[in-house]
Amino acid sequence: MLIATENLSVSYNGRTVLRDATIEAKPGEILALVGPSGCGKSSFLAAINRLTEIIPGASVRGRIRFDGRELETVFPSSVDLRRHVGMIFQQPNPFAMSIRRNLELPLREHGIRDSGELRRIAESALRDVGLWDEVSDRLEQSALELSGGQQQRLCIARALALKPQVLLMDEPCSSLDPLSAERVEQLIDSMRGQYTVLIVTHNLAQARRLSDQVAVFWTQDGVGRIVEQGETEAVFNAPSNPIVASYLSGRKG
Amino acid sequence: MNDSGTATSRVIGVRHHRREVCVTVAVWTAAMSVIGLLIWILTDIAVRGLAEIDFGFLISDMQNAGREGGIGPIILSTGLILLVCLVVSIPLSFGTAIALTERIGQETGFACNVRRSLDVLAGVPSIVFGLFGNAFFAITLGLGYSILSGGLTLACMVLPILIRTSEQALRAVPAEYQYAAAALGMKRTTILFRVVLPVAMPALAAGVVLSIGRALAETAALLFTSGYVARSPESLLDSGRSLSVHIYDLAMNVPGGGARAYATACVLVALLLMINLATAFLLRMTGVRHRSTTGGTC
Amino acid sequence: MRSDRSLTIVTRTLAAISAAIVLLIIGFLLREAAPALRQLGLSRFFTDESWHPLSSQFNLTPMIVATLVTSAGAILIAAPLGIASAVFVNFYAPHRLAVWHRRLIELLAGIPSVVFGLWGLMVLAPIVATFGGSGQNLFTATIVLGLMVLPTVALLSDAAIAALPRPWIQGAAALGMGRSAIIGWVVLPGARRGIGSGIMLALTRAFGETMAVLMLAGNIVEMPSSLLSPGRTLNANIALELGYATAGHRSVLFVSGLMLMLVVSCIVLLISHRRGHQA
Repeated sequence: MLIATENLSVSYNGRTVLRDATIEAKPGEILALVGPSGCGKSSFLAAINRLTEIIPGASVRGRIRFDGRELETVFPSSVDLRRHVGMIFQQPNPFAMSIRRNLELPLREHGIRDSGELRRIAESALRDVGLWDEVSDRLEQSALELSGGQQQRLCIARALALKPQVLLMDEPCSSLDPLSAERVEQLIDSMRGQYTVLIVTHNLAQARRLSDQVAVFWTQDGVGRIVEQGETEAVFNAPSNPIVASYLSGRKG
Repeated sequence: MNDSGTATSRVIGVRHHRREVCVTVAVWTAAMSVIGLLIWILTDIAVRGLAEIDFGFLISDMQNAGREGGIGPIILSTGLILLVCLVVSIPLSFGTAIALTERIGQETGFACNVRRSLDVLAGVPSIVFGLFGNAFFAITLGLGYSILSGGLTLACMVLPILIRTSEQALRAVPAEYQYAAAALGMKRTTILFRVVLPVAMPALAAGVVLSIGRALAETAALLFTSGYVARSPESLLDSGRSLSVHIYDLAMNVPGGGARAYATACVLVALLLMINLATAFLLRMTGVRHRSTTGGTC
Repeated sequence: MRSDRSLTIVTRTLAAISAAIVLLIIGFLLREAAPALRQLGLSRFFTDESWHPLSSQFNLTPMIVATLVTSAGAILIAAPLGIASAVFVNFYAPHRLAVWHRRLIELLAGIPSVVFGLWGLMVLAPIVATFGGSGQNLFTATIVLGLMVLPTVALLSDAAIAALPRPWIQGAAALGMGRSAIIGWVVLPGARRGIGSGIMLALTRAFGETMAVLMLAGNIVEMPSSLLSPGRTLNANIALELGYATAGHRSVLFVSGLMLMLVVSCIVLLISHRRGHQA
């Protein structure tokens, strides 16, 4: 298992939003997290790369293992952790700087100073997300001038440039138009085998197309929990939980 | 993760850690030294001031150029100056604020010009208000060095802040209230007086209290408008010395006046603290978060 | 609907009066300054031997320099401390402390300049005096002035930082950037307009301040040779001399007031122009 959680709970100012979430993801696998809004999926992702540290009032309990060892011991520093566990947000969030600077700033921050190497990594990251041909002649332009879909792919490139082992994606397609969403989905599909991807999505069809494993989150007594998980096809074809069955068939949630 | 990668990342980690520590220490030091200075000033004023203050000090007349006696007449003059200031500035400000919030959405050219002119007014140095008040109210209008001149000068000075806070107060009233009232066929005037103003009242009051604070703190604009005379004023046309002018005079022009200057400063700061609390309380009643500065969006 | 129309007329009239006050001020400054400007011209304010108004010597240069030096010095003190204080409340302080810090900064903004002056005179000047002199000099005045305009920088920077989109900060954190790197590369550049406005506004406050400087700077009209030499600013000069000035002398004081007014108004209009562009 590359990444595994055990009884992970998240609360904000004492109010628990997610309780006892236990999942496992193998290297190179895509794990989809599905379920209605507000059942703790985003909090789950934020707990994994310790983004909860910068959310006021957030606290996390439970264990996270990375490659079989405690995450705390593998990556005592959050900065280091987030280099190895990248994250993509629902709204594309490039910095208000040039495209090149968006890619190079995090790399510099992680100690890569050589301009030739910076250039090379930036180019290969842009190629990986299929953005190179679209932007290679305007790398000095502001990233905010790109379309929403391009911005999101830039954000993915920015994360990939750091060579992470895990990518957390919080509804990466939901703010994009259908065509851009499809491109981003293809991109995620192409990352199978290279990166372990944990993707939150509301689009059940997308979850079914993309993922190897799926975990269904549900709110019970005001607290988010994982109510079913397993191989994607198995869960979609024969869910054991009746709520999940009606949710996956579109009758609930 | 290969070995050389781990080694590099450890070196970077150390460098990052050192930078984080430096920045954290610098930011905490800066923030704490600012607060430390503030507390130093306040305790200095409180400790030296409270030693001099008793009830008699607050009501009795001043003696020996202020080295002895109290500040009774000065409190009276200050109160009268504030009264004049408010009587003039409140109607002007509320009226202007209503005119500025008249249209929801699209900003008119008129409102934009008014706002810009108020931005400039907010930046006018207080000594320039003093020059203007002296030339216009004291000399041209023939009011002389008087409480009236001082109060009117201060009214001009607090206008921008009072208009801004009133405008915020009016804007904070949910537009739905107005739509609902308008849908019931109420006239704009009725909506304003029956629906908007009652809801906005605490926030409007907070703006008034805040302006009183500004006016109380002012010195330079009063030196040549309301003057230095420390006797109890008999009419608004008499000169009257404000608390702030009294502090200045004792500290600079009266050898040995330091102790009483501190006592007066202590009274002034206590008043301002009360005003600060009152503003916070009134704003909490309305839920408006107040961040006043100058400027608007046109 | 008659009452509606009269409401509009009344409120618009009041608004027009409020807006006209600034014109009235400029008008009166011009009227009072006109005799001096007509008789002396502008150049004599810079070329006269010295400032001896009773013998018709009207050199304002030392006072202009003193004003510029104290204001610039005040900004040099207030800008780093104010920005640090805004960064502190947004990124370093625990929630409760942040709330208190903001409150105290607002309180600092409300302390009257004459109280700052008193504290500077009684506490700070004796400390500075250990470096020589009376302690009433440009250095003391600059420090207190810096402390006075600091809240303007701090509160405006705080507002600008708080208004930054959260996703930028989360995005930077998710890329493994440390707190100081996020602040240095993302937060401060993103908030630079607001912070810049805060600093410019603080500059207008520093130019406009009279009392604290009057009480602390020593008030001797001479070209400052070092920070520890006493000096007199334009504002302090008006406050000291308007009481007895007559005729030409009085008119020259209004000229200096007009100068202050013009400089400050230009900065304010520049800020509101920048803000207009942003919106």
